[in-house]
Amino acid sequence: MRILRLMLTGWVFTMKTNLRSGFMILTAVIQPVIFASIAFFMFQAGQRSGTLLYAAIGAGLMGIWSTTLFSSGGSLQWWRWQGFLEPLVASPAPFALVLLPATLANATYGMYALGMTLAWGKLAFGIPLTFAHPWLFAVAVPATILSLGLLGFFLASSFVLYRHANALSNMLEYPVWLVTGVLVPLSLLPGWVRPIGWLLAPTWGVRAIRDSALGGDPLPAIGMTLGLGAVYLALGAIFLTYFMRLARERATLSLT
Amino acid sequence: MTSLRIFTIGGAIAYRALFNWVSPWIYIPTLLGGPIFQILFFSYLGRYSGFEDDAFFVVGNGVQICAMTSVYGATMAIANERWFGTLSALLATPASRFALFLGRAVPFIVNGIFVSTFGLVLGWALLDFSPALSSLPALALVLLVTVSSCTAFGLLLGSIGLRARDVFFASNLAYFLMLLFCGVNIPLSDLPGWMGAIGRVLPVTHGIEAARGVAAGEGLGDVATPLLAELGIGAACAVAAYGLFRFFEADSRRRASLETV
Repeated sequence: MRILRLMLTGWVFTMKTNLRSGFMILTAVIQPVIFASIAFFMFQAGQRSGTLLYAAIGAGLMGIWSTTLFSSGGSLQWWRWQGFLEPLVASPAPFALVLLPATLANATYGMYALGMTLAWGKLAFGIPLTFAHPWLFAVAVPATILSLGLLGFFLASSFVLYRHANALSNMLEYPVWLVTGVLVPLSLLPGWVRPIGWLLAPTWGVRAIRDSALGGDPLPAIGMTLGLGAVYLALGAIFLTYFMRLARERATLSLT
Repeated sequence: MTSLRIFTIGGAIAYRALFNWVSPWIYIPTLLGGPIFQILFFSYLGRYSGFEDDAFFVVGNGVQICAMTSVYGATMAIANERWFGTLSALLATPASRFALFLGRAVPFIVNGIFVSTFGLVLGWALLDFSPALSSLPALALVLLVTVSSCTAFGLLLGSIGLRARDVFFASNLAYFLMLLFCGVNIPLSDLPGWMGAIGRVLPVTHGIEAARGVAAGEGLGDVATPLLAELGIGAACAVAAYGLFRFFEADSRRRASLETV
């Protein structure tokens, strides 16, 4: 019960913080609309207008990834700058249970991105929002959010010892958009890129959401998304334990 | 002589002190890594969407990525004085404001040209983009004009940052809106009229048009109109930036609000 309360409090606190952050509003609301518009105009100009819902879903997933990447990578850095990373680590609660709800909340906040791109597509470009499997769509979206939140946990745990995590986050946005096929099909990319995409949750998340919205069998992709999430959780917990111990031994937790 | 020293040495020190991304650990992933993947992403998206060729996206994004230093960096060069608490000390000096202001722009112009050149070279190496060797001097001139114009726009945002609470929100927004409005990935003719009209008064738009012309083999004379338009927009931004800088300085002294963040 105490663990659940801790998780819920952390999730609510992070959501409230995100709702008041201009940067997060830009990342989860404005930026996805801009990218969705670019994709809509490009697809219209290239006579691919039948793929506008495809583009809306892809741009939404791009927004969820950006939100997860910047906020989860940035969480530790932000806590460092604010000076409460050390008290959080020193507190009796396991640090993993402090970090995990924050990364899950960051991914949940990314749902705004998907909502905005779908609404923007409907309002500005007249995209019909009819889903082939609405119930499976309702399962695929939270499964994707959960898996990306766990990926964020894994990333954040890897960033404990890295002073310039934010800079790495800046570089990882476009490559992951590219190798996970959120807008560009993987078949257009060199063959060696595909196995990289298979290891990343957005690849399966976008496939699950697209199959449930546009038609297809989303269940295998939903299963892969959740399976990868479990792997991220396990790896993140191991990394966090190891890196936190190293940071304590070297007295480099604050890294300032 | 003093003004020249403020322009050169002051500009260099301000660059090192105020540009958050000057460390190689941040510079390389943020200013070289990220922009390269931006070029690749939009080039592949262009291939999938089935309109325009790689050269269109390489030149459009290759020129626009100068905004990483020109917009973000130039904004930091002015607005960070306030965030780092050094603005009062700076404005208490009798230093020529014009030399001080101009000196801050130059490192970001050089930096922006480097970032764009890096992007174009990688675009040539990795994608289907091969401009004629004879077009390179003209392309360099177009880059110089466009990056200068973009830097002036960044300084304008930085000057607003002397008063605004969150100017980095504005510089982030400006960067992403450029991708949509400035003909970077979509020709202005394919945008609704009002969006094209906004794009035509923003920096970078005409520079990209000129760069595309030059890369396709046109001479400087053929792209004189967009190049002059880019120069004019840059000059207007520079005048507005300097005017706002002086206005906010005077106003902040009067209202004792220099350090308000």
